[in-house]
Amino acid sequence: MQTPAPFEYERAASVDGAIAALERLGPEARIIAGGHSLLPMMKLRLANPEHLIDINDLEELAYIREAESEIRIGAMTRHVDLLKSELLARHFPLFRDAETVIADPVVRNRGTIGGSLCQADAAEDLSAVCSAAKAQVVIRGAGGARVVSMEDFHIGPYMTAVGAGELLTEVRLALAPGAGSAHEKTERRAGDWAIAAASAALWMNGGAIADAGVALSAVGMTTIHLDRAEELLRGQSPSEDLFAQAGAIASEDCAPSADGRGPVDYKRHLAGVLTHRALRRSAARALHQEA
Amino acid sequence: MDVSVVVNGERRSADVEPRQLLVHFLRETLDLTGTHWGCDTSNCGACVVQMDGRPVKSCTVLTAMCEGHEIRTVEALEVDGRLDPIQQGFHERHALQCGFCTPGMLMTARALLDENPDPTDHEIRTAISGAICRCTGYKNIVDAVRWAAEHEAAANQEARA
Repeated sequence: MQTPAPFEYERAASVDGAIAALERLGPEARIIAGGHSLLPMMKLRLANPEHLIDINDLEELAYIREAESEIRIGAMTRHVDLLKSELLARHFPLFRDAETVIADPVVRNRGTIGGSLCQADAAEDLSAVCSAAKAQVVIRGAGGARVVSMEDFHIGPYMTAVGAGELLTEVRLALAPGAGSAHEKTERRAGDWAIAAASAALWMNGGAIADAGVALSAVGMTTIHLDRAEELLRGQSPSEDLFAQAGAIASEDCAPSADGRGPVDYKRHLAGVLTHRALRRSAARALHQEA
Repeated sequence: MDVSVVVNGERRSADVEPRQLLVHFLRETLDLTGTHWGCDTSNCGACVVQMDGRPVKSCTVLTAMCEGHEIRTVEALEVDGRLDPIQQGFHERHALQCGFCTPGMLMTARALLDENPDPTDHEIRTAISGAICRCTGYKNIVDAVRWAAEHEAAANQEARA
């Protein structure tokens, strides 16, 4: 029987209340949202918080809306709602690609975007999705809010820029013309973690790629931001050859380890193939040529 | 800590440890052993119950998180000796052998039909993709959910006529 170690439990009634509780209870307190990452870690005693602050009552953090040329997603938005959002699918279809293959529908009823990002598991899909989409996250503390890019958000394995007494409250996606995006994942069986996954986003201007985002899941200690591939893509015209080159960079720049999901050379190969496919689909979507 | 949760329409209060998982509250505190405790890692789906109408894995929800919410377990499906159509479908289509996964399958499928009364086979397979059956190969389960969908539709039409 797997049971977490004992802890004290309280519910936050507001965002300010959650932040105040974090400050009051100190470093041994953790926020719990859907709980589908944290509770398994607690059962395995990999995480042993002394206090849990439950933010499931914070309905004000569950939303997906358009404001000031951005899509804004509240941290308590659950996977099922990310999957169903037409607004999100219209502007950033890579979210729907990812959400159809994140865990299973029952788990998606509980897990949240804020929890997924703050868990910062390298094999988790939304971290790569948000990196490719060049998301920014809003982190609130007692002193106010700060806005952090995904590059600065990921600081190490299971480590994020969210500091003591802080709470991730929102994910922001800038709306820009000519956008297309896709997420490609290979898993051993339905609902499993990725063997490898690639997220891509392209912003087209005329016939050229104005900007690109590419990130990988499950092939390194952290989510891999493929800066070299993004540099290669910028200013170029989309082509199979170009996307194959970006795939080759993905194979080189990832850092997978061998495990039950496969050996290193296989994972490197897969990272390249999935990056190529994600870019091809991103371009087709940006140019409204998707088959 | 004291918690008070509505389970199958009845308010149930108890003094529980904050770390208690919902599946153990149901099985051990309330003696509702219909919900099965399986893999303990939110993979197998044997422990699925409905929380405010949505299926959830009760091995990965704290009892404390359920205060203020409505939990529905497999015990609530049969009413006054009448099986729910989803239970009848499992009977008609022989959708269980050992029965261990059945409570979770029933509650997952019931939630699907409540949201989508006429699902395709693909939609049924997607809905139950978080529930593992090691006996049936799933075909009979999919057939059972179809049976329930069709008989519910027919019953609803009759009720309207």
